[in-house]
Amino acid sequence: MSAPNSAYPDTPEAGKPKRHEWPLWEVFIRGQHGMSHRHVGSLHAPDAEMAVKNARDVYTRRNEGVSIWVVEARHIAASSPSDKGPLYEPSESKVYRHPTFFDIPDDVGAM
Amino acid sequence: MTGQAALFEFLCRMGDNTLILGHRVGEWCGHAPVLEEDIALANTALDLIGQTQMWLGLAGEVEAQGRSADDLAMLRDVWDFRNLLLVEQPNGDFGQTMMRQYLFDSWHLLMLRALEGSSDDRVAAIAAKSVKEVSYHVERSGDTVIGLGDGTSESHRRMQAALDLLWPYVGEMFADDAVSAEMATAGIAPEPSSLRPAYDETVGALMAEATLVLPDSRFAHTGGKTGTRHTEHLGHLLTQMQWLQRAYPGATW
Repeated sequence: MSAPNSAYPDTPEAGKPKRHEWPLWEVFIRGQHGMSHRHVGSLHAPDAEMAVKNARDVYTRRNEGVSIWVVEARHIAASSPSDKGPLYEPSESKVYRHPTFFDIPDDVGAM
Repeated sequence: MTGQAALFEFLCRMGDNTLILGHRVGEWCGHAPVLEEDIALANTALDLIGQTQMWLGLAGEVEAQGRSADDLAMLRDVWDFRNLLLVEQPNGDFGQTMMRQYLFDSWHLLMLRALEGSSDDRVAAIAAKSVKEVSYHVERSGDTVIGLGDGTSESHRRMQAALDLLWPYVGEMFADDAVSAEMATAGIAPEPSSLRPAYDETVGALMAEATLVLPDSRFAHTGGKTGTRHTEHLGHLLTQMQWLQRAYPGATW
């Protein structure tokens, strides 16, 4: 069986002792008025179906959502914090990339 | 038995089921095996208590003696309760709790679906609101029964033991009597026995998927929904549930 032993990204599975824990899932919820799914937190579950159910019970108790996505945390590739400089600093000096030099008519709505 | 008296009995049966099971499931709060299940169980308990407020609220209205849902829940003693024996059974281990939940949820969903077409608009309205919650309850408890039944040898053994233990309490859900006959004639609620074929079909299929074997017996403990023979567990449950009103009668906050 190729069940994942690691719940975390970038952690090699081979050679690791078997974890007696359910894998970790990241939860994304689209709110009533939101336009895209947003990350709200994480939880443990034995499979995707139960992860959706657990997400429903843990993260939508106060009518927060109309749609739930879950993804196993190990499938998320993340940028490295140590690459912060090369990744993000170059854009700091490029104000012309911000659309602040245009007047957007009100009736255009959310952009 | 007059129509109103039978309706009161019927409403107490519905409300006492959800009240007592809601209390039982609530006993897990802070004790469930994992955090996610803890929250899910508490959600289920709260759904059931919410349904209780509607059923017992209407029962008090129908009785017209000025008793509120709270009065009915907190000021009656064992012999006045009309819940099924199944729901007063102790939680046992997590598997036993989920087995009890699935056996009840499956019946509950069938009953509520039938009640959505009740000739009494108030009953139909409560059923319509509850059916959405209970559809989720049975999905969750059913998945868990499959997961644990078809899981490890340890979980399988525990689930089979839970099924063997609780199966004799299933038959009471489908027992007809004078109250149910009155309800059926008035078009308010179906005869319980009419729900059995659908129940056997769904539950049988799920147990097969869970690799669990249904006991080959139709023996049924009865006396819960008539109030004549509750098990010893209900009295103990009430000492916890009604403790505050017993110690401080009439206390409010």
